[in-house]
Amino acid sequence: MTTQPNPRRTSTYPILETARQQVLANGEGLNESQLLEILELPDEAIPEALQLAHEVRLEHCGEDVEVEGIISIKTGGCPEDCHFCSQSGLFDSPVRGVWLDIPELVKAAKETAATGATEFCIVAAVRGPDIKLMNQIKFAIDRIKQEVDINIACSLGMLTQRQVDQLAEWGVHRYNHNLETARSYFPEVVTTHSYEERLETCNMVKAAGMELCCGALIGMGETTAQRAELASQLAALEPHEVPLNFLNPRPGTPLENQGIMDGKDALRAIAAFRLAMPRTVLRYAGGRELTLGDLGTREGLMGGINAVIVGNYLTTLGRPADADLNLLVELNMPIKELQKSL
Amino acid sequence: MNTSANGTDTATNTATGTVSFCGLCGEPAAQDAQVVQGDTVTESERPTSDAHQSCQQRLAMEPPRYCVTCRRRMKVQVTPLGWTAECSRHERLTS
Repeated sequence: MTTQPNPRRTSTYPILETARQQVLANGEGLNESQLLEILELPDEAIPEALQLAHEVRLEHCGEDVEVEGIISIKTGGCPEDCHFCSQSGLFDSPVRGVWLDIPELVKAAKETAATGATEFCIVAAVRGPDIKLMNQIKFAIDRIKQEVDINIACSLGMLTQRQVDQLAEWGVHRYNHNLETARSYFPEVVTTHSYEERLETCNMVKAAGMELCCGALIGMGETTAQRAELASQLAALEPHEVPLNFLNPRPGTPLENQGIMDGKDALRAIAAFRLAMPRTVLRYAGGRELTLGDLGTREGLMGGINAVIVGNYLTTLGRPADADLNLLVELNMPIKELQKSL
Repeated sequence: MNTSANGTDTATNTATGTVSFCGLCGEPAAQDAQVVQGDTVTESERPTSDAHQSCQQRLAMEPPRYCVTCRRRMKVQVTPLGWTAECSRHERLTS
């Protein structure tokens, strides 16, 4: 895995030649039109694109891989209509509403920390947190901080300025709020809130000093150009972390019949996102098992990914934690230590 | 009762006879199921065995959502390293 960057290597694909100099050597991400060229590379160019993305990741992020666990504190019953989400209360989904109690949350945080993870993200299926949820979150943070050595992240939907300030004051290390898709495609996926409302929360989070985790969900029917648009819009936001999700079509949602994204397109996207954001934590998130299978995990980690969600997701199951952790050992990729992530 | 299961085990519903449901899709699991909580199951409502093979495969990647005994939707909590699925009337499954 310790491939040395080589800015002078030549490529038969001009965009890869450009990226080698612009991104690898100069640290400047590709722009939208350049990203579209990456996403339109022929199949035979994918290994070279992934190799370059891997070199970029090593050069600008280092060899560490950040491991995170995520958990839902409030599942289901969300008033929003994100068309990909089984937790919307507006769709006929088999997911029932559930609240997780604090002792169980603390137990999960301990189990997550034991895997070597440095991040524990508490997620709620809400438009934005109400007073009850904020009180729960404060209590949960206090308890976890007392008992577990792990960074706490939250994902609680859209925030007010006061809520942003409170979360920062309580010691939330990172806040997740995804753009999900390109601005031009967003109205096809969500109608109950706007792209601009999402951006507003993201900007408040950054201004308050929390790390911003802002991700993508690809494979929802967007065009390749819209995928490039999304990567470019994320890069402009300069998030600390970008979780990269691939659609897992959920029963009962408007996207339940959307086909699973082609694995090669997913690999192109991984390379493109890394070449758009050379210094960002790029995390493998939901849907990778379905889209890319077991081999895809390896290809992604050798193609620009430098973080994983360990174990399960919010409502679906991931690869066994041991499988990913053993793969990191096999690839000689050290897990980022807690002190390095602070 | 806590049971370690994948949610596709057959079960006996003492109120209506031997019927069982797929833990993933909630459809009757057995071809000879006739009555589901008082509702007649028609031929067209029965899933094919192929459909449940697909469910079995998907249950490797997601927890069961329906009680295999009574078809109620279960309360499911997924955690990073496990999951629980609880029917209000029947068993609690854990991974």
